[in-house]
Amino acid sequence: MTTPSDVSPILGKLTLAALPLDQPILVVTFIVVAILGAMLLGAITWFRQWGYLWREWLTSVDHKKIGIMYLILGTIMLLRGFADAIMMRLQQAMAFNGSEGYLPPHHYDQIFTAHGVIMIFFVGMPFVTGFMNYVVPLQIGARDVAFPFLNNFSFWMTVGGVILVMMSLFVGEFAKTGWLAYPPLSGLTYSPDVGVDYWIWALQIAGVGTTLSGINLLVTIIKMRAPGMSLMKMPIFTWTALCTNVLIVATFPVLTAVLALQGLDRYLGMNFFTSDLGGNAMMYVNLIWIWGHPEVYILILPLFGVFSEVTSTFSGKRLFGYTSMVYATVVITILSYLVWLHHFFTMGSGASVNSFFGITTMVISIPTGAKLFNWLFTMYRGRIRFELPMMWTIAFMLTFVVGGMTGVLLAVPPADFVLHNSLFLVAHFHNVIIGGVLFGSFAAINFWFPKAFGFRLDPFWGKVSFWCWVPGFWLAFMPLYILGLMGITRRMRVFDDPSLQIFFVIAGFGVAVIACGIAAMLIQFGVSILRRDRLRDTTGDPWAGRTLEWSTSSPPPEYNFAFTPVAHDLDAWYDMKQRGHERPAAGFRTIQMPRNTGAGIVLAAFSTICGFALIWHIWWLAAGSFLAVLVTAIAHTFDYDRTFRIPAETIADTEAQRARALAAAE
Amino acid sequence: MNEGAHHAPDAPHGSLREYLIGFFLSVVLTAIPFWLVMARPLAPGPTAVLIVAFAVVQIIVHMVYFLHMNARSEGGWTMIALIFTLIVVAIALAGSMWVMHHLDTNMMPMPHEVSRQP
Repeated sequence: MTTPSDVSPILGKLTLAALPLDQPILVVTFIVVAILGAMLLGAITWFRQWGYLWREWLTSVDHKKIGIMYLILGTIMLLRGFADAIMMRLQQAMAFNGSEGYLPPHHYDQIFTAHGVIMIFFVGMPFVTGFMNYVVPLQIGARDVAFPFLNNFSFWMTVGGVILVMMSLFVGEFAKTGWLAYPPLSGLTYSPDVGVDYWIWALQIAGVGTTLSGINLLVTIIKMRAPGMSLMKMPIFTWTALCTNVLIVATFPVLTAVLALQGLDRYLGMNFFTSDLGGNAMMYVNLIWIWGHPEVYILILPLFGVFSEVTSTFSGKRLFGYTSMVYATVVITILSYLVWLHHFFTMGSGASVNSFFGITTMVISIPTGAKLFNWLFTMYRGRIRFELPMMWTIAFMLTFVVGGMTGVLLAVPPADFVLHNSLFLVAHFHNVIIGGVLFGSFAAINFWFPKAFGFRLDPFWGKVSFWCWVPGFWLAFMPLYILGLMGITRRMRVFDDPSLQIFFVIAGFGVAVIACGIAAMLIQFGVSILRRDRLRDTTGDPWAGRTLEWSTSSPPPEYNFAFTPVAHDLDAWYDMKQRGHERPAAGFRTIQMPRNTGAGIVLAAFSTICGFALIWHIWWLAAGSFLAVLVTAIAHTFDYDRTFRIPAETIADTEAQRARALAAAE
Repeated sequence: MNEGAHHAPDAPHGSLREYLIGFFLSVVLTAIPFWLVMARPLAPGPTAVLIVAFAVVQIIVHMVYFLHMNARSEGGWTMIALIFTLIVVAIALAGSMWVMHHLDTNMMPMPHEVSRQP
């Protein structure tokens, strides 16, 4: 606890000393960010886009726009998290032969913490939530999610978490504890600064958003499927989304509780996780992994769904073993609750506990392996089109298998005692997260981009990006496997043994190649926008798709479907095409849609202010902003004017326009 | 979208009578553990067991009388969700206790002064 003397009643612990003016790297970064930010804001003002942004995007409750905003957020944060990665690789490649590298310890420790937190919570989660948001309602033939306002609110809470993490770069500091902030290191004794508080409140605020969006999508999938779409006729991506959201709803409360207990330790001097007075730091490790292990399945399951959709579409075949795929997904969902201890085999639980969790961990590889064979059999005798989504899928299969096998290796407790906390572990989880989650996200972006914007992504720059990313990944992480086997631990800042340097230099080159891949991807977006007329897709079904999202126009109209589709078969749209589906041209009826509202962004803004005030112990501001959250939430319940009607004529116009475009294309 | 505006027709709504029964049961189930702790008619061990037992009954009362859960509501989904929740909570509780018990027995005993050092 800080003594009352250095906490001002007005500004709390916040003083000018919190600004890192003595650190040139941060000052330069801040100047660049400030200039770019000012240019962006200036451009929006100059082109008078604030009203458009506010009306059409920021306050939108349209699941498609919220999905796109999630993906933009994830992409921006990917750049931030990757900048951290480059800095770590550079530091580790330099710090040999007596050199200290260029990063002081307290800065380096913040970087590896921020890298992990950002990549999991603010890149992986926004990507996954974005895809589910965009695609699930379209795949099940719904017009929006079950709770459209909640969706907007969830997004802005995630942004609130992002803002706090980004703010910690320039105001104060971030946690120096590693991404899960184990106590006692993250306790008040060893981390008296605001870093861990930034971590706690960023994750608490973003966690509210994630939990609510999990509830939202879960209810959407259960209650709003098109007539005829029984559970076993649901597209496989929707199935994986269902399981993911079950996991979110079941596990994020655990994270919230752990963070709250840790917060009580830090703010009110309680002793849940301290080393004395009855506290037990190991309980924290136990609880956070009860959330943490299902979390990695929250990230990967939807991408398994993406790979299934892509493999089936680009092989021109029905997915092999749909039923077994569904059961594999459900089994993984349940098993992911039974393995958490494998993250701390070395904590000393003894043989019976370690063998139980080691075996359950190995068992997970069985349904995962079943999935892989299903994809391979889907490709077998298919007419495979090697478009970008399919290329990413194949890269995933080759990469992920290696990551999965090293995972099974780590699941053997005696082996884990050797490899725990080593670079082998680091290589393993990057192998599955990059090879699975990121490659899957890139497959999904290339696959659904034409649906979202009406034109394809440029294949040339996409292939450049692909051929940089995949070999770059192998170059960057294979040396880490070798180093880990030699016993090098993670999070080291300097090294004594000069013979290791070559491995870190190779890994550094790998990261440089990945950087080219990311650059090529950004160029791909830019080039595609410039050449959009040449890449235009008027059919709405550019890949000969199989599920309902391809039955609407690209981009879909606000109301998604003029008439709710009826599903007769698993691949509903493929089935409709086979039976010579005719687009209805008349008989349109008025559609009631949810109205945009600014309540979500206002609530999230107050929550973020409240988080900032709590971090800096500015109690009056914390109380005031919390009160403002309550008042805004209650006031919003009195807003009865929540829907509007799209008249039948407007729908007839939109649909006729689409019919003309389709006729022109043929 | 229209479904969002009004409640689904099959959603059960509690009658005043149901709410009163629930309220009465909750009060009784809260008062007895309070009395057990205040008056101490039993040894600490059985008291703790009884309090937990009353808490479990309390949860069930809330689910039945306030949340109106039964096996048929929402086409059986509430029941499935409940069973799933019970399994997950059971795994987390039983697993944590098992793990922490093992850690407790396997840890080397440490003099209290050592653990207090900064």
